Amino acid sequence: MNWWTPQVAATLIAMLQAVVILLAVVLAGALLSMFERRLLALWQDRYGPNRVGPLGLFQIVADMLKIFFKEDWIPPFADRTFFVLAPAIAMASLLLSFMVIPITPGWGVADLNIGILFFFAMAGINVYAVLFAGWASGNKYALLGALRASAQTLSYEVFMGLALMGIVAMTGSFNMRDIVNSQENLWFIVPQFFGFCTFVIAGIAVTHRHPFDQPEAEQELADGYHIEYSGMKWGMFFVGEYIGIVLISALLVTLFLGGWHGPLLPPIVWFLLKTAFFVVLFVLLRAALPRPRYDKVMSFGWKVCLPLTLVNLLITGAMILLIDPAA
Amino acid sequence: MTAADETSIANTAASTRSGAERDSDDVVAELTRQLGGDRVAPQETLTGMPVIWVPREQLRDALNYLRRVSGAFSMLYDLSAVDERLRTQRRGLPPADFTVFYQLLSVERNADILLKVALTERDLTLPSVSDIFVNANWYEREVFDLFGIDFAGHPHLTRIMMPPTWHGHPLRKDYSARATEFDPYTLTVKGQEVEQEALRFDPEAWGMKREGEETEFMFLNLGPNHPSAHGAFRIVLQLDGEEVVDCVPDIGYHHRGAEKMAERQSWHSFIPYTDRIDYTGGVMNNLPYVMAVEKLAGITVTDRAKTIRVMMAEMFRINSHLLFLGTYLQDLGAMTPVFFTFTDRQKAYEVIEAITGFRMHPAWYRIGGTAHDLPKGWEKLVQGFVDWMPKRLAEYEKAMMENAIVRDRTRFVAAFTTQDALDWGVTGPNLRATGLDFDLRKARPYSGYENFDFEVPTAANGDAFDRGMMRIEEMRQSVRILQQCIDHMPAGDYKADHPLTTPPPREKMLQHIETLITHFLQVSWGPVLPANESLQMIEATKGINSYYLTSDGSTMSYRTRIRTPSFPHLQQIPAVMRGGFVPDLIAHLGSIDFVMADVDR
Repeated sequence: MNWWTPQVAATLIAMLQAVVILLAVVLAGALLSMFERRLLALWQDRYGPNRVGPLGLFQIVADMLKIFFKEDWIPPFADRTFFVLAPAIAMASLLLSFMVIPITPGWGVADLNIGILFFFAMAGINVYAVLFAGWASGNKYALLGALRASAQTLSYEVFMGLALMGIVAMTGSFNMRDIVNSQENLWFIVPQFFGFCTFVIAGIAVTHRHPFDQPEAEQELADGYHIEYSGMKWGMFFVGEYIGIVLISALLVTLFLGGWHGPLLPPIVWFLLKTAFFVVLFVLLRAALPRPRYDKVMSFGWKVCLPLTLVNLLITGAMILLIDPAA
Repeated sequence: MTAADETSIANTAASTRSGAERDSDDVVAELTRQLGGDRVAPQETLTGMPVIWVPREQLRDALNYLRRVSGAFSMLYDLSAVDERLRTQRRGLPPADFTVFYQLLSVERNADILLKVALTERDLTLPSVSDIFVNANWYEREVFDLFGIDFAGHPHLTRIMMPPTWHGHPLRKDYSARATEFDPYTLTVKGQEVEQEALRFDPEAWGMKREGEETEFMFLNLGPNHPSAHGAFRIVLQLDGEEVVDCVPDIGYHHRGAEKMAERQSWHSFIPYTDRIDYTGGVMNNLPYVMAVEKLAGITVTDRAKTIRVMMAEMFRINSHLLFLGTYLQDLGAMTPVFFTFTDRQKAYEVIEAITGFRMHPAWYRIGGTAHDLPKGWEKLVQGFVDWMPKRLAEYEKAMMENAIVRDRTRFVAAFTTQDALDWGVTGPNLRATGLDFDLRKARPYSGYENFDFEVPTAANGDAFDRGMMRIEEMRQSVRILQQCIDHMPAGDYKADHPLTTPPPREKMLQHIETLITHFLQVSWGPVLPANESLQMIEATKGINSYYLTSDGSTMSYRTRIRTPSFPHLQQIPAVMRGGFVPDLIAHLGSIDFVMADVDR
């Protein structure tokens, strides 16, 4: 048993943790599809899927069975390589981002010093999923969707990064754990309120959630970039979107709401509760709002959000210098 | 409302009507003088407007004159044709194999005029009038498609209802109406390819460029299957990025030949087909049809029947507007309101179902009345609905129409002026959204609307937002009308005591053999209506809907022309959409409130 060293044990535990978190996230993403439908139904005066199993909980099983056994079809006019690659990128890039999120003091996949930057990188890669899907589908609606997606994501990622720089400046670190730990007394939502607002907006935009679902805009582009997808490939976009919701919610919790910090309840419960709060908020937004026009979304990003983040960054910097000029 | 009020309103209505008649006599005399009297022949009909036969060479002069005369007939309300070749009762009419008719409407005079042009089989050509009335474009294409009549000088004379590969002209009398008279339908793979290829959009045929100065345009098929096309409607967009450079609406995917079917159904058995014209309008569609039939038959409907008809028509107006509101907001990306409006529609359907026995297509009006009397306890049901609606309407207005995004998406989008609207034949709420107060229920009261106290809402900008608000306001007014129906439902019979009332009152059927035979003949062959022509226009859910019936003294209609509001509304789309963005187009499509069955018939 000489190979059983503490390092091996630690590695195994870390791997196990990683697998558990991965499964939990994928499962949460899949379950969210059911959860969202029930929630929307609640706000829309109807029942939603409530027939399969208790409270309709097994609906997700039925959906998955259906989606797994659907014909895996690629349109003859599509560019096969990129057509297949796109959904994989969509799901993988967001899943990988989860790596940097510290769930509790003891749980988390990786403790990277460039945590935030890693997330930005992955979000950047995520654009390619939409681009590839839109281009490779050989469909004009998909192309328009991809155009919208790339323009929107590029503009919103600009200030999404800037929105978090205030936090980085205050913490002095890109490491997520450091950020959570420095919120023990005061959550960053208070000093970084504008950063919080803009990051929420950017987060919705990056996940293509309503009202920033311009790339899919069912009423306009008839589902946009994934119009030609079906079966499990479409399912990966679908679950990818929900993972995106969970990811952005978890990020918001980690960066602005003190992560696992909270009185009485154990850290994991606090983390989950806070994340669930944002997930519900995402769904509520979808139920409540109409969709602004695409060019207005763009100008809102450049003309309102970007200046706001810059001003926020300026004030944060000034405050830091004022309080602690030595730093 | 007091009895005195009622009389005074009735008097005003009567005086405006007779005033309008005087005016139109003048205009007919003047027109006859202008065109050189001898070749212009008036025709006596029951259409309620002067009908004048004009020689082909003078048609354009006549239309030009009427369009410019003071109190101008500024709207080409309808244009279609009649195949006269099998018509037996045409005493006193100029000889004709085909007749093309032009109905012009003057809002100023609140009067119409109908011009007819006789054509012979050997020479089926007319000058196009699409340069005088822009909206003649589609109407002429329709006549060309269904009758095979040529319009010289038309910018794009192609089929509009039937597929481009079609043979024959369906509304001609020598064109069979029954599937059994045709060979069985087959479609081979090759045939399918030919059909599909025929639908491929050819920009050059429409005078469009494929490339601009620095850009290559994208031609995008929006429809015939698209979530926001509201049915089988196709509109081809010429796009520069997301900007709509130009667009070409393509209709006909929902064409079922309702006008042809009318020529094969008895007067009575055509009623259910009318329900399916504007399929969100339910019994509202029955109204112009049965009223036109009643004019031919000379039936005066009882006050109770009239009020019941108004009540159910207004129920369906609310129902249709609710559907509009839900889908309009959904087209703007708000997914929730449609579920709420469907809850309300369910409430409406509960009432409709209890009264008529059906939901969407009750086909409940009859020649001479309605199918049944109101059931016991109907007041409570309708009252429940009347009490339910106002707070819901207030909620929609607050939650959605005051929403900044909704306003941003719809204000000043696809706006047009009253003049544009009249030029394009736009009627109904879309016309009133431009600020013109023209509602047939007030302007030309029918079915007892003169007895009701309600307002005609108007707006000012004529944009997509106003068109949305108009519907909410109209629902409020309809709720008022419903309340008055509950409070003042006249007593009496629900069917007119007239030999042509169909089916005849049952109590009278079992008295002796004569009444039994009459009943039997009326329900088996259908009633025989005297030869004449009649027309009834009503303010339907989406605009002015009318049935122009030609009877040849038979159990069936000789020609049924169904003028629907949605047809011109769609024709107008390119005129207001050029330069807009794709999302604006979607907002506009949502705000028009059309159903394809109402366009294609």
